[in-house]
Amino acid sequence: MNEKAIVDFIYREAGLLDSMQWETWLELFHPEGRYWLPLEWAQEDPVLQPSLMYEDLLLLKVRVERLSGERTFSQKPKSRCHHLLQAPQIIECDPNAGSFKARTAYIYTETRGDVLERFSGWASHELVVVDNDLKIRLKRIDLINFDAPFSNIQLFM
Amino acid sequence: MYRNNAFAIQALVRDREVHRDVYVDPEIFELELEHLFPNSWVYVGHASQLAKSGDFITASIGRQPVLAARHSDGAINVFHNRCPHKGTKIASEPCGNAGKFFRCPYHAWSFKTDGSLLAIPLKKGYDGTGFEEMPASEGLAKVKNVAVYRDFIFAKVNDGGPSFEDYFGESLSTIDNMVDRSPEGKLVIQAAPIRYMHTCNWKMLVENQTDTCHPMVAHESSAGTAIKVWKREQGDSKETPMAVQLYGPFMSPYEFYEQSGIRIWPNGHGHTGVAGSIHSDYSDIAGYFDQMVSAYGETRAREILGEVRHNTVYFPNIMVKNSVQILRNFIPVAVDRTLVESWVFRLVGAPDKLYERALMYNRFINAPTSIVGHDDLEMYERAQEGLLSNGNQWVNLQRLYEAGEEKNVAAVINGTSERQMRNQYHAWAQFMTADMGGRTGVTS
Repeated sequence: MNEKAIVDFIYREAGLLDSMQWETWLELFHPEGRYWLPLEWAQEDPVLQPSLMYEDLLLLKVRVERLSGERTFSQKPKSRCHHLLQAPQIIECDPNAGSFKARTAYIYTETRGDVLERFSGWASHELVVVDNDLKIRLKRIDLINFDAPFSNIQLFM
Repeated sequence: MYRNNAFAIQALVRDREVHRDVYVDPEIFELELEHLFPNSWVYVGHASQLAKSGDFITASIGRQPVLAARHSDGAINVFHNRCPHKGTKIASEPCGNAGKFFRCPYHAWSFKTDGSLLAIPLKKGYDGTGFEEMPASEGLAKVKNVAVYRDFIFAKVNDGGPSFEDYFGESLSTIDNMVDRSPEGKLVIQAAPIRYMHTCNWKMLVENQTDTCHPMVAHESSAGTAIKVWKREQGDSKETPMAVQLYGPFMSPYEFYEQSGIRIWPNGHGHTGVAGSIHSDYSDIAGYFDQMVSAYGETRAREILGEVRHNTVYFPNIMVKNSVQILRNFIPVAVDRTLVESWVFRLVGAPDKLYERALMYNRFINAPTSIVGHDDLEMYERAQEGLLSNGNQWVNLQRLYEAGEEKNVAAVINGTSERQMRNQYHAWAQFMTADMGGRTGVTS
C-alpha cells in the first residue's frame, strides 16, 4: 500500500458516486465505517455535538435503498451529483500501523430537475486495509458554510 | 385586495376549508408579517443562550429585528434591534456577548445592556437642541410585552390582545413537562440549531406537525425502508438500534394515531400524542429513572415520564417536542420560503445518552440531509405549486369535522382529526385582523 493507492482510491470513490453506483460505493466502507458531516467548525465530537449526518453502514444502506424506492417521491425526478476534486493531500501513509489518511479539497454539485446546488469543502478519509483492499473507516466532510440553511441534500458528498 | 380589508381576510377561513391565498398570496404574507406576528406572542429564544451578563441573541418578529440581552442585574430585556440615531442594527450576529455595553458600529452611540443610553461622542453637539425630549435619548427601545416562562423567552410587539398567560393558558404544560424531565428542572441550549431552508409557505410546516395521516404514507420511503433494511440486516442481534427505534414508529398504522388522540387549546395551540405517541417505546436509558425518582419521588417521576406527547404547536410558528427535547422554529422568509431552525435542549443533570438521542432525532428528521425531511419537503413543494391551480381554490381541512364544532376551546379528540388545523386557522383569522379595526367583528 502506498500514497498512489490512496489517491487512486479517492478518485475511484468519487467516480462511483458520480456514476451513481451506490451499492459498489457502499462496498468501499469498512463494516464499522462512518460517514460524517459535521455542523461545527473543527468539530471534535460527532455524537454529543450536533452533526448533519453521522451514519453507519446500516443507515447508509437505508439511504441507498430509499433512493430507488417506488414511493420515494423526492427522487422523482432523480438527483445527480458531480465531485470536482483537487489532488488529495496525503496526511498519513503508514503501512506498518495500517493507517492511511488523506484530505481532499473539492466542489460538490447536486442537481435535481431544474435546481442545481453547489457546495465547497474538504473530505477527510481515514482508510484501513482489509484483505489487501483499502476500506473507509471514516469519511468526514467539512463544508465551508456548514452552518448555512441548505435545502435538500439527498446524495453523498 | 386584502390590505385594510379584515373582512376579506376572514373570508379566507371557513369552517371546513381555507382559501389557497393563505399559502400563495404575497400580499397575505406581507400582512402576516405586519399584523399576525406582531399581534402574537412569538418565541425569541432561551435564557440559557443568555447565561452571562452582556450575552445577546437576535431574532425577528415579522419583519422587525429584535435583540434580547442579559443585563448585569440578571434581567432579560428584548429591544428593537436598531440604533435610535440612524436605525443601524446594533447586533447582527445570531448571538454573542456585548461586554458592559452595546456600541453602535456607525457613530459609536453606546447603550448599557439594559438599553439605556450610555454615551454619544461629541455630546455637546446636542446641547440646547431639546435632545432630552426625543425618543432617541431613551436609548434602545424596549419591546414592552415580554415573558420569560421557565427560561423560554416570548415577546409580543403590539399592545392589546391577550396577556401571555391568557394567550398560552394550559398549553404551557408541554414546556413544563420538557423542563421537568431534567432532574434539576433545567434545560440548556449548548449548540447552534440545524437549519433547513424550505421552498414552501411556513404554515404548511406548522400544519404538518399535527397531521397524523401522512407519516405512514409520505414516510414509507424513509421509515419503511429503515424497517425493511434492519429486518434484513439484523442477523441475530436482539437489541433494536437507537436509529431504528427513532425511524420505526413513523410507520405506525392509522389506528395507533387515532387512539393517541389530539388535544386542542384556545388561540391556535394544540398537540398530538395525548395517550402515548411515537416516542413512547424508546429504550430506557441507564440511570435516568433513578435520577428522576431521587429528584421528584417515584409517583411524580412516573407522571412526568408518562406524559409522552408527540408534537405541540404553539401558535403561530413553533413546535415543541417535550419527549425528545426539541423546539422547531418555522421562520417566515417569503410567501414560498421558510427557514426552519431546529434546536435541541440538554436536560441538565440527565445522562449524556438522552442528549445523544435528541441530537440523533434532530438530524434524522429535521436536517437538510434528513430522509424524513426530504419526504416532507417534496410534499410541501408539490402543494406550493399545485395550489396555483384555479380548478379549486380551497384546501380541505374537514376530516372529523362535527357540525357546530366549538371554536377557541380546549378539547381532546380523535388523533386523526384535522381539528387542530382548523383551530390554527381560526386563530390565524383572529390575530391577522385583531389590530385592523373597522369591520373585523373580532372579539378578544
